[in-house]
Order: sequence, then C-alpha cells, then structure tokens
Amino acid sequence: MALIDLHKREIHCKIVYYGPGRCGKTTNLFYIYNAVAEKYRGKLLTIETKGDRTLFFDLLPINLGKIHGLDIRIQLYTVPGQAHYRATRKLVLKGVDGIVFVADSLRKRREKNIESLLDLRNNLKEYGLTLEEIPLVFQYNKRDLVSVNIPLLTIEELENDLNKELKAPYFEAAAVKGVGVFETLREISKRTVKYVANKYIFAKKTAKAQGGIL
Amino acid sequence: MMVLTSERVKKLKGVLKEQLLSIGVSLAILIDEAGNVIASSGKENGVDTTSLAALAAANFGATAQIAKLLGEEDFSILYHKGKKDNIHFSRIGKEFILVTIFTDETPLGLVRLRVNQISQDLLNLLVEDD
Repeated sequence: MALIDLHKREIHCKIVYYGPGRCGKTTNLFYIYNAVAEKYRGKLLTIETKGDRTLFFDLLPINLGKIHGLDIRIQLYTVPGQAHYRATRKLVLKGVDGIVFVADSLRKRREKNIESLLDLRNNLKEYGLTLEEIPLVFQYNKRDLVSVNIPLLTIEELENDLNKELKAPYFEAAAVKGVGVFETLREISKRTVKYVANKYIFAKKTAKAQGGIL
Repeated sequence: MMVLTSERVKKLKGVLKEQLLSIGVSLAILIDEAGNVIASSGKENGVDTTSLAALAAANFGATAQIAKLLGEEDFSILYHKGKKDNIHFSRIGKEFILVTIFTDETPLGLVRLRVNQISQDLLNLLVEDD
C-alpha cells in the first residue's frame, strides 16, 4: 500500500525483490546500498540466519527525487527465498507496489525459478493482486557465470519458462559485479511510481521523476 | 493506498501527544501493516523509525501467524520488556499498529488502558474520508 504523506510531502512505495533461494536478491540490495550516496539512502536492515541466508527480509530505503513536488521514497525489500519460508514471504508482500523477480540463470535451478514464480502468484492472490496488474520486472541473474563454463539457461529458455505470457521487461544481470542492478531498479521504480501515481493521484498524467539517483 | 493530509497528521500527532506522551510515554509511532510510518510523536533519540516500523509490522505479522497456529484469531497486543525501555504494540483496526515505547517509570497497565481508550479515536481519524 503506497502512502502519500502531504504533511511531509512524501510518497512512499514498496518494492519487493522476489525469487528462489540464493538467486541474488540480497546481493542486489547490497550493491545498491554501496553504490548510492548516503544522502539518497537510509540504513540497510538485514535479518540473516546463520550462513548468508535471509531469514525474514532485508530493507533498504532510498530517495528517488521528486514528482509533482512530492519526494519519492522507495523501500526495497527482499524475501527469504527458501521454499519453507512461505509464511514470511507472504508477510513481506503485504502492501507491495512493485516486484522484481530475480531468476537464477543456473540450469540446475530451473525448477526453483518456476516454483518461486508460482509461489509469488499464489501469495499475491491472497492480497487480491495479480502478476498481470502489479508492476513487474524480471532480472536474469548470474549471467557472468557463462564465462566459467557453468551450465546456464539461455535467455530464451528463461523467457519461455517465466515471462512467456506476462511479457514484462527483463534485464540480464551479474548482481555481484553490479551489472544490470541499476537498470533493473530504474525500470521497476519508473513503473511503480507511474502505477501508484496513475492509480491514485494524478489520474492519467504521465509521472516523471526529476533528479535523484536514477 | 492512503493519503495523509497535513491536517490529519496533525490530529493524529495531537492524540498521541495528549494521551500518551502525557503519561510518560517517550515515543509513540503509528504505522500500517506494510511497515510505513504514518505519524509519530515523542523523542526519537536517534531511533531509526523506518527500520523500527518495518520490523514492528513484521513482528506483528509473524505473531499473527503464531496465533493462527494455536487456533487464535490474533494476538491483539504485544509487549517486550527491556532493561531500560519497554515496547508495546497494539492493533488499531485491521490495518494499523500503534507502537509505544516507555520506561519502567510508566506503568504498563496505564499504557494499555490509554492505548485502549484512544484506539477508536485513532481509527476514526485514519479511516475518515478526505
């Protein structure tokens, strides 16, 4: 649920990075956190289990500049990817305004990607949302591994598995190196802000951000 | 989606201040279930309210799931006791949570009573039409 605070002149949107375990959701957030100047970002909050897995969520608030005199504040969340954390994933999706689906390009993770997308669809449904309606961007991560001869899914295969009917924009990425991270963020932010603005405030006017990190 | 007008924020802050800060509560924050801060009143003392709101909403959500596992509808009140500060969470309507932080000098019973008394007022302010 986006929040428009006319008192502070801020608009708050929630973007969730979704995807199977170990696909690189937290890595995306870390890269963004390290690359963005301090004045444009809040504290990075992470709740990790032993090892490097997300237990509940990571949260990174960022500022994206202004739209119609309102400061755009985006909260980036990740979910725990492992299948058995379904209940927590659903909690994090509460009030979501935009989704990045991070897919793992490793060939052996093919089924996990498909399962995770289905899980996302089911969780959204419980909040009365659909993948067709909500702003959505795919990120095909770990593309850099092709150079070290690890069997990867081709982009065509990933598109066919996940995005055949949705036809959402996708980006190839290597989140560890930052490749594709900001492209993904820029696209989902643009879509989310536009969606929120069109839906709720500036009926049909084109929303365009001015200034900020993107 | 919620639109907060300046006037509404002022009214909400007013209620928090008059009813909670007056009994010694150091910080009262009204949040929604998605983890957004709606209004707060009191001394933040360097507390990161954004993170606090996100964690409080998650905490509440997790506890609601625990309630379900036990066959309860919900636990409408949560309370954590610290050495110095205590924190109390109370559901306001279906979508909102009131987070109250106070020291041992303020009795928990009084906080609970006040929170109970004002929850309907807060809810009316939160859901009223613009």
